Amino acid sequence: MSDTPLLELDRLALHFGGLKAISDISLSVNRGEVLAVIGPNGAGKTSMLNLVTRVFDATQGSILFKGQDIARLSRSRIAHLGIARTFQNIELFEAATVLDNLLLGRHRFGAGAWWQQVLRTPALTRIEEDHRARVEDIIDFLDLSAWRHARVAGLPYGVRKVVELGRALCSGPELLFLDEPASGLNPEETRDLAFWIDDIRSDLGITVVMIEHDMALVSAVADRVICMAQGRVLAQGSAAEVQAHPDVIAAYLGT
Amino acid sequence: MRFDYHTRYAQGFALLRHPSDWLAYGSLLAALLVLPLVASTYLVGELGYVLILCIAAMGLMTLTGFTGQVSLGHASFVAIGAYAHAWLMAQGVPFAASVPLAALIAAVAGLVVGIPAIRVHGLYLAMVTLAFAIVVEQVIGHWRSVTGGYMGMVVATPRLFGWSVGSPRAFYYVCLALCVLTLVVLANLMRSGLGRAMTGVRDSEAAALALGIEVNRVKVGAFGLSAGITGLAGALMAHHIGYLTPDAFTLLLSLDLVLMVVIGGLGSLRGAILGAVLISLLPNAVSALKSLLPTAMARQSGLEIFVAGLVLALFVLFEPTGLNGRWLKLRALFETFPLYRRDTFRRQKTYMKSERNR
Amino acid sequence: MTNALDLFAQVTVNGIAVGTIYALVAMGIVLIHKATEVLNFAHGDLLVLSAFSAWALIDLVGLPFWLVVPLVAVGIGVLAYGIDALVVRRIAGQPQFAGVMLTIALAFMIRGAVSMGFGTESQSYATPWSGRTTEVAGVAIADLSLVITGTALLIAGGLWLFFRRTRLGVAMQAASQNQLAAHLNGVRVKRLNSLVWALAGVTAAIAGMFLAPVTLVDTSLWLITLKALAAIVLGGFGSLPGAVLGGVLIGLIEQYAGGYMPDGFRDIAPYVVLIAALILRPRGILGEAHGRRV
Repeated sequence: MSDTPLLELDRLALHFGGLKAISDISLSVNRGEVLAVIGPNGAGKTSMLNLVTRVFDATQGSILFKGQDIARLSRSRIAHLGIARTFQNIELFEAATVLDNLLLGRHRFGAGAWWQQVLRTPALTRIEEDHRARVEDIIDFLDLSAWRHARVAGLPYGVRKVVELGRALCSGPELLFLDEPASGLNPEETRDLAFWIDDIRSDLGITVVMIEHDMALVSAVADRVICMAQGRVLAQGSAAEVQAHPDVIAAYLGT
Repeated sequence: MRFDYHTRYAQGFALLRHPSDWLAYGSLLAALLVLPLVASTYLVGELGYVLILCIAAMGLMTLTGFTGQVSLGHASFVAIGAYAHAWLMAQGVPFAASVPLAALIAAVAGLVVGIPAIRVHGLYLAMVTLAFAIVVEQVIGHWRSVTGGYMGMVVATPRLFGWSVGSPRAFYYVCLALCVLTLVVLANLMRSGLGRAMTGVRDSEAAALALGIEVNRVKVGAFGLSAGITGLAGALMAHHIGYLTPDAFTLLLSLDLVLMVVIGGLGSLRGAILGAVLISLLPNAVSALKSLLPTAMARQSGLEIFVAGLVLALFVLFEPTGLNGRWLKLRALFETFPLYRRDTFRRQKTYMKSERNR
Repeated sequence: MTNALDLFAQVTVNGIAVGTIYALVAMGIVLIHKATEVLNFAHGDLLVLSAFSAWALIDLVGLPFWLVVPLVAVGIGVLAYGIDALVVRRIAGQPQFAGVMLTIALAFMIRGAVSMGFGTESQSYATPWSGRTTEVAGVAIADLSLVITGTALLIAGGLWLFFRRTRLGVAMQAASQNQLAAHLNGVRVKRLNSLVWALAGVTAAIAGMFLAPVTLVDTSLWLITLKALAAIVLGGFGSLPGAVLGGVLIGLIEQYAGGYMPDGFRDIAPYVVLIAALILRPRGILGEAHGRRV
């Protein structure tokens, strides 16, 4: 059982009319690894992520998560399987507090029946306290306690990125997608991020797939690197191997 | 400054967290309970109407303020609630059963209108609700066998467990009880999972979906809940008006409700109530103002609507967070005195974010 | 048989005549929305204001119709420029809803000011075409309707040329695509937006002055905003051809429902069609579909 990959993409393709955003991608993500996906802009990295999280319908191919085909599931079912993600251009609940954002991350674990919520029964209070305790764990983990009751709309960019990561972690995923987690962060914040990604993998036991351009970060945390260009996988292997691969160099230099 | 010492998480999300809150809200409720005993019958009747508008505004707040779905046609749900209630009463259904049934009928209508909300966004949705309200108004006007058409329809005197509650004083207490009930129900919902899911749908559908929130169900459900509460207000309003005609539920009522939630401050129940109180007191304030103006201007009827527009414009321009935002700022000023910084609530400048592509 | 055909022709012609009025009003709203993303709910009230101003100038002051038309058009244009420059510009960058609320507020204020300034009674004034009809292919049409339809088509054509051929028009298009980028490229976006408001104000004034004699000079004239909005949504937001198409469709639907269906359907048919159309095609007929990128 542990031999089967956590996520398997099999000959996946995504076409918008004549435009082939992704053509024929097959790859697998193993349990407990940090996989980095790199590639020039427009390579189809985010499109691939959007296929797995069901934002787009795949034109062909299958997506197997723990052996189950999820390519036709509804978009809101994905979180319930234990797949979480962050977004390239932060998608937080702007008008809500950091705490509420994180509590929303717990949505998939349920929050009591509607009548319990209306009456605020003691059972519901216990459920809410339990959610809060789990959220506080994440707040400790990511060092967010200073911002707990702050509204997201007023937060600095770097903190927002961390809150979004925290929200994804609150949903207790097995597989976590990070879409350019280091973009817009300063070197210090990027270093914190590297430690966190390491801890997410080793302490929380979560498999991480990250789309990233910062090669220093990728080299530091990724077990395996995949390079995509023009909707195809060009190369995979260790960070050094991929960086040295002639096709990869050609793709970046545009020859 | 005030510091809280909590030993359980539950204390952190209690509705009334401080002893001072208990005191403030307790005395407000006590004042509202005692008021009918001392005030004139006319004033009590008007206050009852304000409470009804509070319920309706909370209904719209549920949809527009919390779930982010704009409705320019909420008068239709007030109308459906009012007519359903009046019709049920005419069929001999007792008041205590007819009010919840009317709310339920309005809620079902809300679910039906909510279905397009799955497909259309923003201004398109606003147009759908507007169109629905116009259709409802016309249907009521032409469905003579049930609604009496433009001739109108008499509303029977309400009786509760054998007692008549038709007098303004008795009816005031009915309105107060239902207003407080609505407030508590919504406050409880908003600090639980469903309320969080609603704000999630409002702020980012993409993120809400990624977290497993079934956005379509939340949207349609919010429409149903909102319409149900507004329908409840409609049922009560039927008694306040006493004689129903379609003219009572035009676009102007819809816009008044929108005015209430915007001026009160989107996204807060306190805002809905403050907004409803302000808008319903506005006509009285304007007629008081008229005595100060030259008679030529005072005789004209346009002043009310002009002042309503002016107040709304000033709020949109200078206090987009509404009365609730102003309240929070004042409270922060007192609580943190003398350390209050004006910049605490400063809006961040953002470049125009197009809402065309969503 | 011929009777049925005559009726059909008459109803169709009426529908197109009414529809072009809606299209004219709709174009003014689309202009502003395209440029500034503000949906102008006050457009119908500018119409009311221009109708009342024209009445006052013709009936009370005694100016000739042909002098009043440019006078009011320019006056309303300047007013619209001022509304944007002094008020609406302040909320640039805020959510769309803020614009809706602000223009509703402006609509209330204009409507209140009109009732206070001109009284609440309905008025009317004569035009050079009042009471005359022309027969076209066996169908009688009021001259005024012909003039309105012609004017609407003329304005639509003029706007099309303006946006395609003139420097200012191209700059306006650029600004509507991306205000920040246009600003950085030296387009004076603020002034441009105010000019768009002025342009829309002129179309509102013309629509108001020509429409009022057909109906009455009355504050309820603002309700045409609702029909125009229905037209815009049906056609697809942000598209001038869509606004024209939507306007004519709404006019036709209304007239057909009035001619062939029981009493009362005339008023609701456009809206029922609108709801149905949006459920089937949420972006309107000519609207562009955009997914939000995540």
